Amino acid sequence: MADAILKLEGVRKAYNVGLPTETEVLHGIDLELDHGEFLALIGPSGSGKSTLLNIVGLLDRPTSGRLLIKGRDTALLGDDELTHLRGHTIGFVFQHHLLISAFTARENIMMPMLADRGFPSAEIAARADHLLAEVGLEKFGDNLANNMSGGQQQRVAVARALAMNPDLVLADEPTGNLDTKSADAVFELMRRVNRESGTSFLLVTHNLDLARRCDRIIQVVDGRIAQH
Amino acid sequence: MNRWLPFEWIAAVRFLREGRLQTIFIIGGISIGVGVIVFMSAMLAGMEANFIRRVLTSQPQIQLLTPDQVARPLRNAAGVIEDAVVQRPSQRVISIDQWPKIRAQMLAMPEITAVSPTITGSALAIRGDASRAVTLTGIEPDTYFNIVKVPDYIVAGSARLTSEDIIIGTELAKNLGATVGDKLNLQAASSANRVLTISGLVDFGNKSANQRVAFIALRTGQSLLGMIGGVTTIDLTIKDIYAAETIARRIQAATAVEADSWIATNAQFFTAVQAQIYTNTLIRVFVGLSVAFGIAAVLIVSVIQRSKEIGILRAMGTSRGQILRVFLLQGGLLGFVGSLFGAAMGALALIYWHAVARQADGSEFFPLILERRLFIYTAVLATVTGLLAATAPALRAAKLDPVVAIRG
Repeated sequence: MADAILKLEGVRKAYNVGLPTETEVLHGIDLELDHGEFLALIGPSGSGKSTLLNIVGLLDRPTSGRLLIKGRDTALLGDDELTHLRGHTIGFVFQHHLLISAFTARENIMMPMLADRGFPSAEIAARADHLLAEVGLEKFGDNLANNMSGGQQQRVAVARALAMNPDLVLADEPTGNLDTKSADAVFELMRRVNRESGTSFLLVTHNLDLARRCDRIIQVVDGRIAQH
Repeated sequence: MNRWLPFEWIAAVRFLREGRLQTIFIIGGISIGVGVIVFMSAMLAGMEANFIRRVLTSQPQIQLLTPDQVARPLRNAAGVIEDAVVQRPSQRVISIDQWPKIRAQMLAMPEITAVSPTITGSALAIRGDASRAVTLTGIEPDTYFNIVKVPDYIVAGSARLTSEDIIIGTELAKNLGATVGDKLNLQAASSANRVLTISGLVDFGNKSANQRVAFIALRTGQSLLGMIGGVTTIDLTIKDIYAAETIARRIQAATAVEADSWIATNAQFFTAVQAQIYTNTLIRVFVGLSVAFGIAAVLIVSVIQRSKEIGILRAMGTSRGQILRVFLLQGGLLGFVGSLFGAAMGALALIYWHAVARQADGSEFFPLILERRLFIYTAVLATVTGLLAATAPALRAAKLDPVVAIRG
């Protein structure tokens, strides 16, 4: 499919390869994600969802199989190229907010741009302010991450994930630690970004209600895609 | 955010600021270490300078002498040694052979800063009923005073030395009941005698030297000691006092004279100075090591504490190199800031100790030497130590697997 932002072909992941304790957690995953698609990945704990997300996010490499991001075979890329591709193509939202506590909300959002360009600039600060406004936290830009509620932190994390205008956002149970109202707000925020900017989302969740509001649901069971 | 500061710098400063208590404690530790180094170095440098000034301004650094006179074994007509037991001959006071040529040779050597020919011998100083044996040193004041700072030790009169003048030690003056302006009759072993006027009294801080020392003009000395045109020693000063022995050996190999360095003639003193230098170096090395380990320990803990954040930074596109630099910078910053506080602490301690510590005679224990070079050197050393100490933690941080780091 020409429009696929992400393509996995027979992706396997095993740990302790070659040892008696070798364990395979992903058994030949085939998956495609189109530009602008909002996909939910569901499945019980330990089914391999997070491992799959780490591989898709270029934080981990598959033991075998092919992973193509925007048509590029990632197996052929070195560490620096992977880092560059990750920084420019993929945004992350983690379950536990994982903002950097030494920085303010605005600075957390600026961080991916800073790491990419090396020096702060008015343009980077303006982009961070714009994203803060997008997630409804324009008044909280100078707050340290630790001085914000869980919902606010997660909204900052979404803004940070969008900082580099990525083609794909990977969200690992972003609402898992939030109350229903905050969870709904964060989900709606991501859905709005998806609709307005065409950014693809791969959302790992245990929340079936949220999953049903996505474009497509994929269920992973025991390291295999059980249901499309 | 300052737009002139790079990402790594901003992250390093923020991480240090956030772990405030940890940062304050380690900077305190580094400051104490640097303070000790500054204090010890400046104090020992002062004491060393003091010792060296006292010793080396009252004697030449290298002295050229006539070689020992030796007896040759008796051989028969066939050249066979008839009597191998050779008795050491008595050493006559003789002039250095072709000394003007040797002086010219010495003046041509770039490491030598002053050359002065002298004549030395014994004589009897007589005043009224009192007489004392003295060591006469005939000198050319212009060149000799560049080697032995006689004018610095003058306690009465002046360092004037015409052919009619004599400068003597304070103890000798006391024993003879003489003072500046008095006449002194000098009688050499050869019965030659001369009446000279005391122009100055010197105090070298050594009683036995003050009892014997007597300086006269070179020509007066030559005539009194019966060695017209001759000199018994050529005194030298050099640029690097610690190279004295090497230079002395080189001179001895190249000329027909014997060369004695201050290192050889003051072996005990030189050993003491060397021991002091070694001790100072050892203290600096060990304090430096403990500072380095302190920085490394704090940064290792910081890497462990921040592993999740490092994982996030990596996930956001931060390269391993950038992570490495963030932690290296923290080490360098800790070292640099610690060195500033430490230098101030060391300097204050030094000023206080200089004011309090006194020798038995009430004079200062060591001169207060606060060289800018020492502070710059210490700051650079502490910063480099910080960077080196941060290498292991920084490598560890850069190598962190982001998946493992984020999972915690």
